[in-house]
Parts: sequence; C-alpha cells; structure tokens
Amino acid sequence: MRFLSGLKISLFLACLLPLARLLWLGFNDGLGANPIEFITRSTGTWTLSFLLITLAITPLRRLSGWQWPIRVRRMLGLFAFFYACLHFTTYVWLDQFFDPTSIYQDIFKRPFITIGFASFLLLIPLAATSTQAMMRRLGGRNWQRLHRLVYLVTIGGVVHYWWLVKKDVTQPAIYAAVLAVLLGYRLWRKRSGPAFLNGASTQSTSRPAQENQR
Amino acid sequence: MLIKRPSDILPSEITDREIYRSRRQFLQSVPAALAVATLPGLFSTPVFAAEKLPGARKSPFSTGEPATPYKEVTTYNNFYEFGTDKADPARAAKTLTTRPWTVTVEGEVKNPRTYAIEDLLRLAPLEERIYRLRCVEGWSMVIPWQGFSLSELIRRAEPTGNAKYVEFVSLHDPKQMPGQRSGVLDWPYVEGLRLDEAMHPLTLLAFGLYGEVLPQQNGAPLRLVVPWKYGFKSAKSIVKIRLVEKPPVSAWMRAAPSEYGFFSNVNPAVDHPRWSQAKERRIGEFLKRPTLPFNGYGDQVAQLYAGMDLKKFF
Ligand code: HEM
Repeated sequence: MRFLSGLKISLFLACLLPLARLLWLGFNDGLGANPIEFITRSTGTWTLSFLLITLAITPLRRLSGWQWPIRVRRMLGLFAFFYACLHFTTYVWLDQFFDPTSIYQDIFKRPFITIGFASFLLLIPLAATSTQAMMRRLGGRNWQRLHRLVYLVTIGGVVHYWWLVKKDVTQPAIYAAVLAVLLGYRLWRKRSGPAFLNGASTQSTSRPAQENQR
Repeated sequence: MLIKRPSDILPSEITDREIYRSRRQFLQSVPAALAVATLPGLFSTPVFAAEKLPGARKSPFSTGEPATPYKEVTTYNNFYEFGTDKADPARAAKTLTTRPWTVTVEGEVKNPRTYAIEDLLRLAPLEERIYRLRCVEGWSMVIPWQGFSLSELIRRAEPTGNAKYVEFVSLHDPKQMPGQRSGVLDWPYVEGLRLDEAMHPLTLLAFGLYGEVLPQQNGAPLRLVVPWKYGFKSAKSIVKIRLVEKPPVSAWMRAAPSEYGFFSNVNPAVDHPRWSQAKERRIGEFLKRPTLPFNGYGDQVAQLYAGMDLKKFF
C-alpha cells in the first residue's frame, strides 16, 4: 500500500512536469518566436504521449507480471484528458481568440482539425466515466466496451498529427509506429488464445469490473 | 503565461562570440586580411555573418511597420536543408561555408556568366528594403533586407527572346547541408518566377539583413526575396539562375502539386488545402491579423496577374 501511494504521488507530480516546463519557459522568454505555436504543439504532443503511455499499461502488466501498473492507469488516462483540455483551450483561446466563425470553419473544413476535435469529444465520456462509481453504474462489460474508444481516439490523434505537418512526417510516423506495436500486441494476444478473450481481458479493469463478471 | 522578462544573457552577447570566433579563424587563416579588416567598407567585401554591410540606401518600397526583432528573424526559420524544425537552421547552418561562393547566370541569355559573390555584391548599389514576409504556414514577419533588384542582374545577362521564366537553384551539398541527407524534398531546392515577376523592381536579391551580412540560416550568402509571394518562393543560398522557356517545377510543386502552385501569391481568398490563409500571426503579436492580397503589395504587382483566375493559378 505504502509503495503504491508513494508511486502514485511521484507519478502525479511527474505528469505535471510538461506543464511546469511550459510555465517556466513562458516566464523566462523560452517559448521561441511563436509562443502560441509552441504551446499548441507541446500540449498536443503530450496528449498523444499520455494516450500511448496509457495504452502501454496493459502490455506492461502482462509482460512483467506486475500488478501496480493497472493502479495508475486511470491517472495516466486522465492526464491525457488534462493535456487535451489544455491543447483545446490553447487553440480556442490563444490561437483563435474565441473567434466563432473561424473555429467553426476550421472544425468543419480542415480535416486535421475535424479529426482532432472528434478525438477530443470522444475522450470526454471516457474521462466522465473514470470514477469507481461510474464504473459500477455502467457495469464492467459496458464500461469496458465504452473505454475501447481510447483506441479510436489515439488513432485519431496520430492521423491528426500526420495531416497537419507540412511535409516531414518523421514525428507522426514515430507515434504511429508505437501505436501499431501497442495495438498489434493486443491483436496478437487475441489471436493466440481464447483465454485472453474470456478471462484475461476483463481482468484488465479494476475490481468493480470483476464483481460484474458472471 | 506570455509575460516576457529579459534573460540574463543578452542575445547580442552570444552572437558577438560567434562573430569573434569566425573572425579569429579568418584572421588565422589569412594573415593579410588583418589589413583589410581595419578598413571596412573601403576595400573589403563583408564576408561573415553579422559583419556590417555598409552604405545601403533607404528605399521607397520599405514599409513603416515595426521590424521583427533580429533574434526572432534569425532563430525561427524554414530552411529544410538544415532540418524541418524552425529552430534547426539557427543551430545547424553554421556548417555552411559561404566563401568562396559563385553564382552562375545561364540559359536563354546573351551574356552567361559566373560571378564570384564579391563581384556580385558590387554589381549595383545596395538598398535597404523593409518588407513584410508571409509564410505559407500562417505567420509573418517584417524584415529589413539589404540587396538590390534582381532585374539589375538579369538585365546585364541580356535575356533572349526565348526567356520566359527564371529558375533559381540552391546549393546542393549534403556535407554542408545535413537536412539534404533526408528525402523530405527533392534536392536541390528549386524555385521559379515568370520573367516579368523576376524583373519587377520589388523582387530583391538580398545579401544582408539588419545591415549585416546574411546569417547562414537566413539563406547566406545571397537569396531571393519576393515579398508578395509565400516565403518558400524566396529561394535561399542560390548558386544558379537560369533563364528558361518553360515554367520551372519548384521543389514544393514536386513534393505536393495539389498544395503548392507555381505562383503561390499571398492570397487570403485561396486556402491551403489543409488550413486557412485568411489570417496570419505576425511574430511578436498576440492576435492574428487579416492577411492582405499579395501581402499588401497589390498596388505594385496586381497588374502582373490581370485577367488570371488566381484560384486556378494558385
Ligand atoms: C485527442 C485529441 C488530440 C490529440 C491527441 C492531438 C495531438 C496533437 C499533436 C500530436 C500535435 C502536433 C504537435 C507537434 O507538431 O509537435 C497537434 C497539433 C495541433 N492540434 Fe491537436 N490534438 C488533439 C485535439 C485537437 C483539437 C480538438 C484541436 C482543435 C480544435 C487541435 C488543434 C491542433 C492544432 C491547431 C495544432 C497545431 C498545428 C500547427 O502548429 O501547425 N488538436 N495536436
């Protein structure tokens, strides 16, 4: 227990480092010639990174046999949502300065914004149902089905990135490769045994989910 | 969040050390240069980035808008030869050797010639032109350049009747330009103008910035500045200027023909397929400002495109 709460607190603080860095750079003239672009990109990068880190938890737990990763998964997922909110706020406030027509046009005319926005919207129900109480209310099965949306959100995030770069797709390709490994691992597990389908996959949610099992 | 405080180390101090170092190398390798260096502006041709370029006349083409600070102009650059991140060129372009440097003017001309950069600098009196620069990505700057109209050079080459377009070729040397080891663009970087665009007095052949020799990351030792077109039309580190009959295919047209056209005039009414061009962020400003047709140079250049459908010829 002690180990877990210590771990959770340190991890929580570590997850705030990207924000702390932005604030520090902001107050020390370190955001470069185009600070708003810098903040948009940094928060976008961290949203995607946290999504991928969250998706890495299940494989990490299975491959290592450790139990603690599952205990911090919710926090990591919520940090992905936190950075997505910062990213979206940066766009609406600093970048567009609440200009409704230009935001509206962007969302409907720019495919990279459309898909980013859709991903962001899909993250909202996941964040909203992240509490134990909501998990219990939905039931493990439904909860799990709903939370599979995270795959779609992350794919959307990678496509969003791919479509926004001018020419050099090296960075989005790296994220795409990591995502492919994480999704490929799940497919491979699914293929390689029905045990995974029946028991193992539901184990990956925490206690209330198991209470709901037959 | 965006409160700015001066940092402890002034940017000017950092730059000074760079100049100091390059000067020292210069003096060590060429002892005779010592004498020359004591008589700046008289006999010597300024050679190194940030060395003064003396005596540029003011120009009526200059805008009165406040110039973007030197630090931003020299640290936020799109110059894919040194990497695709806008912070890359300032870090990586020190490997570019700009002396000796030659520029060949060839193709459909009566007087083809290869110029040493020193001779080219003396071809016509330098002017200071403070121009707006609008990047296709949606940001803009105001930059004081030193140079002269490209027409000065082309006129001397005497284009033949077949010359309809001008092609600009930038240096291709992956040893000096690490970004060329990647295949983001088809190297060398190529750009093109119609002959009347190239001969327009606004079209500048620039050697300096802020009264000093161009820093490498800004396209040293000489670059084009076409202020009514998106920034990528203004080719950097040029080694060849060819007069040709057919429209050249630029590096960006080759990379993404549906996104980058030959003309690439700044036009708020024609969006990039993936983002809007209606507004721009002037570097240093918070709110975006509306983008002007031809980047605000419509009075001077709009007649070049009379009768053309600018949506089609983007
Ligand atoms: C889950 C949702 C999202 C993810 C994972 C995400 C991720 C990213 C990433 C990785 C980048 C590129 C960072 C870089 O260049 O280093 C980015 C940039 C950007 N995103 Fe998002 N994003 C999301 C949602 C949104 C939304 C909802 C909007 C606006 C409505 C948005 C607007 C932008 C813009 C304007 C840029 C910068 C484009 C540029 O600088 O050229 N994103 N995002």
